[in-house]
Amino acid sequence: MLNRYPLWKNLLVLCVVILGLLYSAANLYSPDPAVQISGVSSTLEINSSTLKRATSVLKKNNIKFFDETTNGTSALIRLQDQGDQLRAKEVIKDVLGDDYIVALNLAPTTPDWLDGLGASPMKLGLDLSGGVHFLMEVDTGSVITARVESVTDIAKSELRRARIRYKSVVTTQDNRIVARFTNEEARDRAASIMRGQNPQFSFTTDTENDQFIIEGAMLEQEVLLLERYAVDQNLTTLRNRVNELGVSEPIVQRQGSNRIVVELPGVQDTAEAKRIIGKTANLEFRLEAEPSALSSSKEEFEFRDSEGGLTRTAFLERTPIITGDSVTGAQASFDSQTSLPQVNIDLSSEGGNKMFRSTVKNVGRNLGVLFIEYKTQTRDAEGNKLEKPRQLIEKKIISLATIQSALNAQFRTTGLGSSAEASELALLLRSGALAAPMQFVQESTIGPSLGAENIALGVKSVQIGLFLVLVFMLVFYKVFGIAANIALSVNLVLLVAIMSLFGATLTLPGIAGIVLTVGMAVDANVLIFSRIKEELANGLSPQQAINSGFDRAFTTILDANITTLIVALILYGVGTGSVKGFAVTLAIGIVTSMFTAIVGTRSIINLIYGGRAVKKLWI
Amino acid sequence: MGESKNKHPYGLKSPMINFMKQRFVAITFSALLLLVSLGSIVINGLQFGLDFTGGLQVEAQFDEPANLVRVRETLETNGFKNVVAVNFGSDKDIKITTQQDRSELITAQLAVLVESLSAESISVTQVDSRSDDRLPNGGLIIEVVSGSQEVLTNIDTALSDLGLTGYSLTNIEDNKFSVLSEDGIQVVAEKLTKKTLESSTDSGVIIKRTEFVGPQVGDELRDQGGLGLLFALAVVMIYVALRFQIKFSVGAVAALAHDVIIVVGFFSLFRLDFDLTVLAAVLAVIGYSLNDTIVVCDRIRENFRKLRNAGPIDVINVSLTQTLGRTLVTSLTTLLVLLALFFFGGELIHAFSIALIIGIVIGTYSSVYVAANVLLFMHITKEDLMTPEKEGAELDGMP
Repeated sequence: MLNRYPLWKNLLVLCVVILGLLYSAANLYSPDPAVQISGVSSTLEINSSTLKRATSVLKKNNIKFFDETTNGTSALIRLQDQGDQLRAKEVIKDVLGDDYIVALNLAPTTPDWLDGLGASPMKLGLDLSGGVHFLMEVDTGSVITARVESVTDIAKSELRRARIRYKSVVTTQDNRIVARFTNEEARDRAASIMRGQNPQFSFTTDTENDQFIIEGAMLEQEVLLLERYAVDQNLTTLRNRVNELGVSEPIVQRQGSNRIVVELPGVQDTAEAKRIIGKTANLEFRLEAEPSALSSSKEEFEFRDSEGGLTRTAFLERTPIITGDSVTGAQASFDSQTSLPQVNIDLSSEGGNKMFRSTVKNVGRNLGVLFIEYKTQTRDAEGNKLEKPRQLIEKKIISLATIQSALNAQFRTTGLGSSAEASELALLLRSGALAAPMQFVQESTIGPSLGAENIALGVKSVQIGLFLVLVFMLVFYKVFGIAANIALSVNLVLLVAIMSLFGATLTLPGIAGIVLTVGMAVDANVLIFSRIKEELANGLSPQQAINSGFDRAFTTILDANITTLIVALILYGVGTGSVKGFAVTLAIGIVTSMFTAIVGTRSIINLIYGGRAVKKLWI
Repeated sequence: MGESKNKHPYGLKSPMINFMKQRFVAITFSALLLLVSLGSIVINGLQFGLDFTGGLQVEAQFDEPANLVRVRETLETNGFKNVVAVNFGSDKDIKITTQQDRSELITAQLAVLVESLSAESISVTQVDSRSDDRLPNGGLIIEVVSGSQEVLTNIDTALSDLGLTGYSLTNIEDNKFSVLSEDGIQVVAEKLTKKTLESSTDSGVIIKRTEFVGPQVGDELRDQGGLGLLFALAVVMIYVALRFQIKFSVGAVAALAHDVIIVVGFFSLFRLDFDLTVLAAVLAVIGYSLNDTIVVCDRIRENFRKLRNAGPIDVINVSLTQTLGRTLVTSLTTLLVLLALFFFGGELIHAFSIALIIGIVIGTYSSVYVAANVLLFMHITKEDLMTPEKEGAELDGMP
């Protein structure tokens, strides 16, 4: 029958609407201001007594809180008043000391039943929540230079070993290797050695005024690989460090080929954030000193996992074999035969060579790994607060194991107590130095009051815009206007639901995108309704007019929306940060508006007019 | 052609509006707008926002209405060069923008703050973690070469109340001091600027937002944005050529370029800040204007096939008349929400809403006159659209 939807289609629309309502509902619950407590090292337990110390100091300072929970590794205390957040953080930090990280947080208040469905509120962008934004540029050039220089060094020593005389072997400014020889035979022998050892380079030979030259340049794909690797390594290290800040919802992302964006919502103290982000942990691999060694050639270090009063120490040689820069990877795994936990360590080829040279003659001795941290101390040994925080370098042993055979670029450490210990060691090994230096190329701080202001303004403009459009449509299209208005409201709900579900971030331009969607979403309905009016004027019966109006407007709507969608996608591609937010809302808005305007409106119109003898349409 | 003398030709139920009668007026009008826009872009250029130029921007809120004249004077006597200070949102909020280098700014402000200290004797160095033993976590080192002990005391009084983290002042040699701070260059610049602003008013000052954009980032963004625009135009052209016909795609792209140039020209003429959000708005204008143009083109195509005995001008007039209602209603609803955004959305998206409002007005006009005009100039005929069956088959396969 004309203009009747089958039951399943109506149910489908109903289902979508209900799901939309459910998943957007999470945004109605505004989060509580809270402070989060976690340990500096992941092994530190946050138990009820820690929590008690924190809450009692809050009580003493008259800071109202209403809920405290701990899951063993981190605790959350919800506060009544946002204004108290900073003060609460400070007093708790004071009473707990440097072993704990106290961070500002926003605790979700989503009820359990919604949480169970996976519904969570939209994330707010920095312009809405306040916080800091850094854009860092990774100096990938220096990685390439370092690599070419090391290849040059290795080539020199190989040539010496093969007893080939060269005039010079140098790295040029533009990262090429240039080797010069006095005769052709030496040049050709050298070329075959260098080609054989460096498949990732391309070598060309040349003769110039009695000089025989080899020129080597790194292959393009190898350069790209190294650059990507450097950025990836920095990204991982930064992520670990940012996690240490305990910020809720931090963003650490690659942007473009060599940039990294760090966004820390809610953090106002740029200095502290930069300190942690810029913080460097490093590693040193050193042999254990022989008992007979002179005290001038050895140093005593504590073990990192020393418990209670028992401090375990060991003497290591003063000169490190390699440092953390050489570690390219570390994974915890299990020995395939004994099923005991172990850590596999990967070194760079140069690091592997050094390691081999040092260990080949020292099998049977112990190899120690030192973990070096740069720390800020706020209290002295007796626990009194220092007037000025002090900087100190802490070096502790994280592993001391016997060398069973000569080690090269890949080796493993066994004899670990548990798999947890293995993972911790692997993490520490990985958190070493940054692969390449970075510099800050963009920084911004947005105050929390500005964020709140932006939200209020955004919500207000959505409300007013929506109201104006609803009134207009009602006046202009009467009964059909009501249908369009319901569809428009559902569209808004669906838009919010999808953004929440996909974890999209809402920014101020994103809100602008929502407002714009409200204005443009009715377009599809306007197209359909004008068609219906036309068809009525052409003398079609009301039922036929409705049917052909919807049908004939469809391709127009499709074409118009697909082109707009293309533009939104391009906008997403070229935009950064908040502009991306705008593109996302625009794109989602286009898709949801097509559904609500075509299917949604149709089902309402069908419910009103479908299968009935209609003489006149209120349009 | 006899039919067009009829008041309701081609089955139209309302009088046909002869849009194309004014098409030469429209061409003159468009040409004039384009000329003014392009002229202004060439002569005035664009006033690019911080996103594109790079530089330092500080947004501050005063407790009382800010006296901008006094603020500017204070900033200039305190070492700011070419600084732009404007109200931002309310009369208590101000926004300061400068392209000055941050270390230069710190040097200049210090030289003013500390008596008998010349800017030449100050050097500012940002250190990364581990690059200097004195600041293992990185920070800022300000070195001062000066013979007098008095200067040392003056520096200390000027800096100690700034609240710098890890602030210390050391005497390296008799005539050389080092100021150490764990706060980086951005924070130090912000704190010094706050102090300067405080001296320009009797009320309190809160820093609401600071932003620094390195010059290379700005350049890249500008290139990327321009490329994005061109890319969008190209993709749209291809899509329209595939779905409609090449002449339509020339018409659509002409209309889009027309709109983009006029919106950008407007920003150039009135010296409004052209930032990243405005670029987003310009791309959104492309999307919107395209939407309008496609709807019109769609109808033109339909009518070329349906009204077999009508000339191109009549077909276009009929199509425009039929879609006029829809064009106006959609433009109106979109304008309504944009006006809401303009008046209530706050300062940050002011420029964004202006760009869209201009774009929608121009886009509505261009979908009626520009695209259709181009079609006529390219001598669009029925024969151009004579393969509907094949196209229709393809169409059904589309998702």
